[in-house]
Amino acid sequence: MENKFNSIKDYNLPKEKLIKMYQDMLKIRYFENKITDLYSKGFMPGLAHLYIGEEAIAVGVCNNLTERDFATSTHRGHGHLIAQGCDLKRMMAEVLGKEDGYCRGKGGTMHIADFSKGILGANGIVGAGIPIATGSGYSAKVRGTDQVTVAFFGDAASNQGTFHESINMAAAWKLPVVYVCENNLYGISVDIRKVTNTNDLATRALAYDIPGVVVDGNDVLEVYRVTKEAVKRARKGKGPTLIECKTYRWKGHHLGDPGRVYRLEKETKEWMARCPIKTYKERLLNESVVTYKELIIIEEDVKRMIKEAVDFAIKSPYPKEKEAFKDLFTEQEGVK
Amino acid sequence: MRKITYGQAICEAIDEEMARDKNVIFLGEDIEVLGGNFRATPGLSEKYGGWRVRNTPISENSFTGLGLGAALTGLRPIVEIMFSDFLMLALDQIGNQAAKIRYMSGGQAKVPLTIRTTLGGGRSTAAQHSQSLQAIVCHIPGLKVVMPSSAAEAKGLLKTAIRDDNTVIFFEHKMEYNKTYEVPEKEYTIPFGVANVLKNGKDITIVGTSNQALKALKAAEELIKEGIDAEIIDPRTLVPLDKDTIIKSVKKTGRLLIVDEGYERCGVAAEIAMSILKDVFYYLNAPIERLTTANVPLPFSIILEFSIIPDEKKIYQKAKEIVKG
Repeated sequence: MENKFNSIKDYNLPKEKLIKMYQDMLKIRYFENKITDLYSKGFMPGLAHLYIGEEAIAVGVCNNLTERDFATSTHRGHGHLIAQGCDLKRMMAEVLGKEDGYCRGKGGTMHIADFSKGILGANGIVGAGIPIATGSGYSAKVRGTDQVTVAFFGDAASNQGTFHESINMAAAWKLPVVYVCENNLYGISVDIRKVTNTNDLATRALAYDIPGVVVDGNDVLEVYRVTKEAVKRARKGKGPTLIECKTYRWKGHHLGDPGRVYRLEKETKEWMARCPIKTYKERLLNESVVTYKELIIIEEDVKRMIKEAVDFAIKSPYPKEKEAFKDLFTEQEGVK
Repeated sequence: MRKITYGQAICEAIDEEMARDKNVIFLGEDIEVLGGNFRATPGLSEKYGGWRVRNTPISENSFTGLGLGAALTGLRPIVEIMFSDFLMLALDQIGNQAAKIRYMSGGQAKVPLTIRTTLGGGRSTAAQHSQSLQAIVCHIPGLKVVMPSSAAEAKGLLKTAIRDDNTVIFFEHKMEYNKTYEVPEKEYTIPFGVANVLKNGKDITIVGTSNQALKALKAAEELIKEGIDAEIIDPRTLVPLDKDTIIKSVKKTGRLLIVDEGYERCGVAAEIAMSILKDVFYYLNAPIERLTTANVPLPFSIILEFSIIPDEKKIYQKAKEIVKG
């Protein structure tokens, strides 16, 4: 794993794109900081699996996609949806279990979906989105479109049968799917290095005879660059790619887990020092892509968006009890 | 009326729907050259080409999930799972994914997915190729469950399943594929949730799922010789279940026997009985009874296997016991 380019200029991206990626990462960070706050105040029920520290992956990947493309997300999925441009208000309302949420309060934090943006659901079962993404890729082939599907999943999911079964099919049939493994080193409390005999999960691509790439998951520009290649390859009908993004889960598995007893504080601190947002911000400033003043405006703007989302979500009513019986089937509403 | 086999009826249903809608695709093990393990669907691969009819690797969970992903993005897949025993391998994609994604997404998703599988003992294929696992999928909200009896029923119900915008689990009885039945030539479909009264009677209602409805019909021919006039009902679909037809019948006959080839414990027969009990309680002249496969794995040896699964003779005896006490 080496960063190919030293300078931002080498990535040959317009300023607007560079700024958008900064803004997208901030949206995720602020959104989830707010969730931490709401959770601690008792506004939010259930589990909150936070993506903080991993923002560069969703943003680097999704900035290569259009709204016609597809992605499957995970239990740690807020970042993927925000990066794909989903509505923060409806997301926050769903997180609080409100009527105006994306899923009318029936999905919650783990299952936010926005089919209009190609998000085919966020999954509470580790590795279960991988075959769904593969089917979406198969569908694009049958329908003769150039749509690409991204399967987001974690390091632990790479040890599920679905990982092998699905990539095997995608490779055999050259399906337009990009498999993005977010290796944050821990499956709840279990260190991937203690249950898997390979340092780089991307080497598994060898078994399927497809490209396997390891990338610094905390470097948004590198994630963007590597994904761009994979998406291009998929659109051209050359088949899938496995991308392993090395990153770290700053928080515990979810907000009820402090995330301390199974890992060293030193390790956590080292990764936090490599914050994907802070390092990118410094690069943008050092290379004079933006001014400090411009960044302040962006940050204030994102803070306003999050505040509006929270206000919207808090004002939104809870669903009526009868909502529990809706949306089971397309017809025969309420069939139990 | 012309006569064709149950297998041919299934094949016709798929063929007609694939011709009608280019978004219908067909995936499963051994479906290309062999036409499926039971040779029910030959020729479709040649007719519709490699992408629309495709052999999958032996990866039940993920090719079911692949069907789901295709269903979510504009296609109308039919996924074949060779034996209902193998449904267990795909239960995450069926029960946690396909069954729930519409609900979890607040109605955004549509899942026009048909999963065909087989049930039933009788081939000496022992404990992992003979089970009737309809109860497992009936248990999970979000799945429609279809149990056709004859070839004509299978054809009409399968066409409805394929056109349905929800996940449908379609159980074919493996002992039926080579049997010949009258099947209309003209196109038709059969709606879900409407039971079929195969024979009217006044002394006992026998509800039989899948081909047990036909076995019950045979048993009724013998029962009439004993002066017992049985009413035979094929529920066709377990989800949705046409409770009204069963309730109406039991109110008339005062007796109910439910026959299902699944295991007894927490099975379909128990569910049907309990779901109508309150409505028929004061009309009953005898306790509701059930005939199912015993709560043991399906054994290999013919003598052992047939001893634990329901058949015409057992239906006849049980019905006689219920009526005559």
